Amino acid sequence: MALTKAELAEALFEELGLNKREAKDFVDFFFEEIRNRLENGEAVKLSGFGNFELRDKNRRPGRNPKTGEEVPISARRVVTFRPGQKLRQRVSKNESSR
Amino acid sequence: MTKSDLIASLSLKQIHLMQSDVELAVKLVLEQVGLALSLGERVEIRGFGSFALHSRPARIGRNPKSGASVHIPAKRVPHFKPGKEMRERVNKSIDSVTLKS
Repeated sequence: MALTKAELAEALFEELGLNKREAKDFVDFFFEEIRNRLENGEAVKLSGFGNFELRDKNRRPGRNPKTGEEVPISARRVVTFRPGQKLRQRVSKNESSR
Repeated sequence: MTKSDLIASLSLKQIHLMQSDVELAVKLVLEQVGLALSLGERVEIRGFGSFALHSRPARIGRNPKSGASVHIPAKRVPHFKPGKEMRERVNKSIDSVTLKS
């Protein structure tokens, strides 16, 4: 089982009393805003949670693992997430459940 | 962008919500994601990405000052994997947008 946008909207409805439409829109806007900033070359820092950062990677030689053929991997920009101290501490404890 | 910038931007888009409600909503969403992860649950946001936990085995570390070896217990760390739309949109910007500090 995984947490999805539907459950996040449900929590906004139940705990903050947003109506279903507002809750669903809010969740969409929330993730879209973060994506938008990243798309505009801006890092997103959410204190207590973590930072979404951008890295530019150079072109490098790669290999098709099936055929062994050499294929260049083009230069690219990627998103990385660095969890904050608080989030890291919170999840590191529960060693048992999964 | 920081959390308060995010709250300000969302307040402009969600004009029917008061800024104080937007602030609570932002905090609740982040809290829910953190809670799910702390319970060992995955978080999947289509087009954005997924959060999961990766296990790190116990290891012997060293106190860099004293040189004494210390046992570091096994732990779990949050891991984010960007979704397809996120990867594509961010990558597309490489030629047109320079990274801001």
